[in-house]
Amino acid sequence: MILKKIVFNVNGVAAVRGFSDYVKRDLQLAYRGLGDTVAPLIFFTMVCTLVPLGLSPDTQRLSEVAPGMLWIMALLSTLLSIERIFIHDYEDGSLEQLLIAPQLIEIPILGKIVAHWLVTGLPLTLMSPLLGLMLSLPGSAYPVLLLSLAIGTAYLSAVGAVGASLTVSLGRGGLLLPLLVVPLYMPIIIFGTATVTFAVDGMQWLGPLAAMGAMLCAAIALCPLAAAAALRFSSI
Amino acid sequence: MAMGSTKWQWFYRLGSPRWFYEISGRWLPWLVCATVILLGVGLFWGLALAPPDARQGHSFRIIYLHVPASLLALAGYYIMAVTGAVGLIWRIKMSFMLMKSAAPIGAALTFMALFTGAVWGKPSWGTYWVWDARITSMLILLFLYLGVLALQRAFTSVEAGYRASAILALVGTVNIPIIYKSVDWWHTLHQPATLKLTSASSIHTDMLEPLVVMVCGFYVFYVLALCLFTRSEIVQQESATAWVKALATSESRT
Repeated sequence: MILKKIVFNVNGVAAVRGFSDYVKRDLQLAYRGLGDTVAPLIFFTMVCTLVPLGLSPDTQRLSEVAPGMLWIMALLSTLLSIERIFIHDYEDGSLEQLLIAPQLIEIPILGKIVAHWLVTGLPLTLMSPLLGLMLSLPGSAYPVLLLSLAIGTAYLSAVGAVGASLTVSLGRGGLLLPLLVVPLYMPIIIFGTATVTFAVDGMQWLGPLAAMGAMLCAAIALCPLAAAAALRFSSI
Repeated sequence: MAMGSTKWQWFYRLGSPRWFYEISGRWLPWLVCATVILLGVGLFWGLALAPPDARQGHSFRIIYLHVPASLLALAGYYIMAVTGAVGLIWRIKMSFMLMKSAAPIGAALTFMALFTGAVWGKPSWGTYWVWDARITSMLILLFLYLGVLALQRAFTSVEAGYRASAILALVGTVNIPIIYKSVDWWHTLHQPATLKLTSASSIHTDMLEPLVVMVCGFYVFYVLALCLFTRSEIVQQESATAWVKALATSESRT
């Protein structure tokens, strides 16, 4: 029923509704497949447990590596779930419906990216203080950790959507997607870790955070375009 | 209309694989000669005639492979992205074929740049690998190349493979300056105090001249390699056409 409503949107106002409809639709789908949705969060927690086991339970050493570790794990958890952004739609045919609809497909794609962030990035961000506590991250860094992860995971979802759209027609089980996306993730992890490390060390952390914000803006503008171009041919 | 067609004729002719195959066939002997002469002269000049470096001795001579390979590794990515964009915009198959051929050459050159850098690093810095800004961005460039290569070969439909890798190459192009700047900034944060790169401008003319010859040689070699890879791609993709079939039968007869 939701689909029918979206397909016949042509003008600008309807395009905005196409966006919100897709956000709503994907959130509903995520809620119905709750096991799949929660898996990245559990993964995030479990890998956090590996850090003290593999490295050392010494609080001094843990607090040194905590910013980087939290960021790497957030990236891996996003990577785990990014494939889902298009794959179900591709398999049940609704992606095809979206592509043949007489409207801009970039806007629904942006809606799907936002929904993906709401389902993975935002919960990861909200969980991160708990894991920061376990990795004995100094208390002053928590607000900055939340901010940087909120911006950063949105960037991860947007750029990941491009990779997911390129590989969607190749079927499941691709090691290909991380291969394409991880090099593109490298700048954000540099700035993300730097933001948190600066906050821990009591330095000005606004600079790297602003750089992340700029990157997110560029990603929001460009990634739906690239993903739309990729979807148009890959689902032929 | 007639004027328009003559004006754009050369452009459309570029899009014909058959035309490219024939014209590049005529270029090949010249390209081979130029490559052999330039690389031969450059290597002999650089390895045998140029004076040894005051501090690094003979180990600096690897610069004659390292610098040209690094330059072309980066230029090759842009060649790949531009040909990919041309293919996407004007839907020219020939351009996609060039793009596909540029990927393995670029990846090999990037690997060569990293490898020669590591070999050079051991005697001059005392270690094979440091997380220097330039080295790290070259490594990321290698990853970008590998992604394009993997994506090209993942699709069963040739056309889809072309388009997917062209989009990925373009996305990578947007990211290269960001990656480079971020890694540079990251490196200044973690500046290792013990190591320092010598500045390139201080190189002596006796050492610089063979380097220029080597860079030119590498460029010609790149064009040669690109032609050869593209020709094999053309023959593979156009194997159903009459002219390729005629080519195959005439070559097997002689």
